[in-house]
Amino acid sequence: MITDLVFMNGYGVYVWSAFAFTLISFLSLYFIISLQLKKEQKRFEKNFSTLSEEKYNAAINQEIHKEILKHSGSKI
Amino acid sequence: MFDYFNPYRIFKINSTLQKIVFFCFIIVLSIGLVEALFLSPEDYLQKDSVRIMYVHVPAAWISLGIFSTIALLSFSVFVFKNKNLILISKSLAPSGILFTLIALVTGSIWGKPTWGTWWAWDARITSMLILFFFYTLYLLSFRIFEDQDRSNKISSIIAIFGAINIPIIKFSVDWWNTLHQPASISLTEKSAIHSSMLVPLVIMTAAFALFSVLIFLMKYNTELIKIKNKGLKRL
Repeated sequence: MITDLVFMNGYGVYVWSAFAFTLISFLSLYFIISLQLKKEQKRFEKNFSTLSEEKYNAAINQEIHKEILKHSGSKI
Repeated sequence: MFDYFNPYRIFKINSTLQKIVFFCFIIVLSIGLVEALFLSPEDYLQKDSVRIMYVHVPAAWISLGIFSTIALLSFSVFVFKNKNLILISKSLAPSGILFTLIALVTGSIWGKPTWGTWWAWDARITSMLILFFFYTLYLLSFRIFEDQDRSNKISSIIAIFGAINIPIIKFSVDWWNTLHQPASISLTEKSAIHSSMLVPLVIMTAAFALFSVLIFLMKYNTELIKIKNKGLKRL
């Protein structure tokens, strides 16, 4: 039965390669976008921590900045 | 109306939604794979090779849907002058190009046992390849032009121009003699596909749609943080 599922009457190589290509593409794009997101979050955190006190006070009052820091797991 | 497109509002919703969408995607994809690979019947003519339909067709549908949305948003950019619409379009493009590639590659794999060839310059396949080039041009336009206003304008023009290709893809099987069969599923008429095959097809389409939503949410947040990073430097 397992061999039937694998070989699919001779079409297995086509079916499995189509599904494998799809799933590998999904995984690749997901990891690329995740890495990009983490990289930008880290860069934001780094830029934020180097701000002078005056600029920091101006930046931290913006809701969007608070939200970005919250979701990047920042301790700032 | 544009308050709904407020970046802060979208960012906040995105961050919460990501985990929910990811969870739903895994569940729907798992059900879809079991249905498509093991539970659905083989075709009387194409035998088991018909299972490739469950990845090929949803990928083609979603790639067309995403490009249509990008074109519509790009047109709206010229009308409403709202830059956030560009950000939304740009975030939709990565999953759109991936689905076009999946449709082309799985179509090619399906072509070998069905038509006896990996590739043919048939109207449907060629117009899908053109769609892939439009996606590539659209994404490249953001990298090539450093001036943001210029890249926004050029990418929008590419998307609007590329929209001409959408009806060509859709009706290519009716307008020309192609290797592809005419549409089996229509919104207005009864489906020509039996429910035992239609159900896995719908489930896989839902899974692919969820994946594109997930990538959109992640990419939108990435682009928004990138903009805010530039803003911090200008403070």
